[in-house]
Amino acid sequence: MAFRLNHKYIIALKVVIHLAAFIPLLYTFYLASIDQLSADPVKALLHFTGISAFNLLLLSLLVSPLAKQLRQALLINVRRLLGLYAFAYALCHFLVYIFFELQLNWTLLLSEIIKRPYITVGFAALLILTALALTSTKTIQRKLKTKWQKLHNWVYLAVLLVALHFIWSVKSDITEPLIYWAMSLILLSQRKDKLKQWWQKRKRQGQASKSTS
Amino acid sequence: SALDYSPAKHYVTDDIYTPEDKVINYNNFYEFGTGKSDPVANAQGFKVDPWHLTIDGMVEKPITLGYDDLFKKLALEERIYRLRCVEAWSMVIPWIGFSLADLIKQAQPLSGAKYVAFETLYDPKQMPGQRSRFSGGGIDYPYVEGLRIDEAMHPLAFMAVGLYGKTLPPQNGAPIRLVVPWKYGFKSIKSITRIKLTDKKPPTTWNLLGANEYGFYANVNPEVDHPRWTQASERRITTGGLFNQSRIPTQMFNGYDEVAPLYKNLDLRRNY
Repeated sequence: MAFRLNHKYIIALKVVIHLAAFIPLLYTFYLASIDQLSADPVKALLHFTGISAFNLLLLSLLVSPLAKQLRQALLINVRRLLGLYAFAYALCHFLVYIFFELQLNWTLLLSEIIKRPYITVGFAALLILTALALTSTKTIQRKLKTKWQKLHNWVYLAVLLVALHFIWSVKSDITEPLIYWAMSLILLSQRKDKLKQWWQKRKRQGQASKSTS
Repeated sequence: SALDYSPAKHYVTDDIYTPEDKVINYNNFYEFGTGKSDPVANAQGFKVDPWHLTIDGMVEKPITLGYDDLFKKLALEERIYRLRCVEAWSMVIPWIGFSLADLIKQAQPLSGAKYVAFETLYDPKQMPGQRSRFSGGGIDYPYVEGLRIDEAMHPLAFMAVGLYGKTLPPQNGAPIRLVVPWKYGFKSIKSITRIKLTDKKPPTTWNLLGANEYGFYANVNPEVDHPRWTQASERRITTGGLFNQSRIPTQMFNGYDEVAPLYKNLDLRRNY
């Protein structure tokens, strides 16, 4: 008989995700606060929160292909939690940048977001993740109906922006960002039918609006 | 090991020193890996004795210093310098060594010499970063740097053989490295084996890697941003944790105004 995940397993899995995501975040901030996180705790925290946010975002995108492949429909129930942790880490990344890297220099923050392309795309990705986090509850999902799925498809753009943010931010060695690009593209390729459909629909709409004008 | 030197007298500062463990555990030295903690992890077996430092090219009397000569040829003094990395962090470090000018004079430079070219040891067996482009951050080794001759002869330009009273740890550029405190850190080339005087502007490693981001001069300049981040301010690596971090304004020439006359006819925006 094939193994089937039931609700008990899902709850256990969620507990594991909470522990694996929350404790390292707390512990790393603690180490930074007592100066035990490398010589430059700010850089170390920025890197840790950034790369963890990316990992969690990729994990959240892995859920639905994995559920399909393993025929474990219930697995989809952990996706929201992973997505919310991805958002939480991304938010911490941004807050560390504002509080400890820029030391609350708001004019500098504004000019950096505008002037530095890698910060612009990173900020855009954060805005998308914020919108997705804010509309992640069951109630809102029900209210938005089909619009909800459309809104949450923006996560595909977010992952590309995050990959761009990463590769533009490194000084010279782009091996790690390239690995992350590969992982992102593999996960997006799992949705190629969906993306193709969306693209064709856009094209049709474009032609339709042209012929009416 | 401990060094015999005269303590800092002329080159001192009111700034708080960066703690020794941060100076020796947080390094950019791609020959030993591109992460900041890679050099301390990968450089501990690095053999610096025997060592040969050759000074040749357009000189009257080429010389080669052996390992012991590095500490005996010239009197050692301590200098406290600010180090400003192009990545917008900075440290305050007590170095031990001698002025670069005194070393170059030993070889009696010819009047036609216009530039000084420096080269790091090339030894892929000992330096894992040199084994492939992937492990070494895309750099075409050996690492090379250069100064104009008047910059090299400026009293501030320094050859360090130690820090915090001891010989340099390998990750900080043992046994001998350059320290040019008014320029971004990458100019201060490490583990030098050759200094060559020339009449042509020498190639420099980071300029070859990204000419739009790293120029030949690389003078610390708060008014000329790196294309990807501001250079107007910097974070000082100091004592204390996350809540003790300080962002401070970056000073022109890293606060070493005495070098300004070297550049009075130069557009520093174009020659970054």
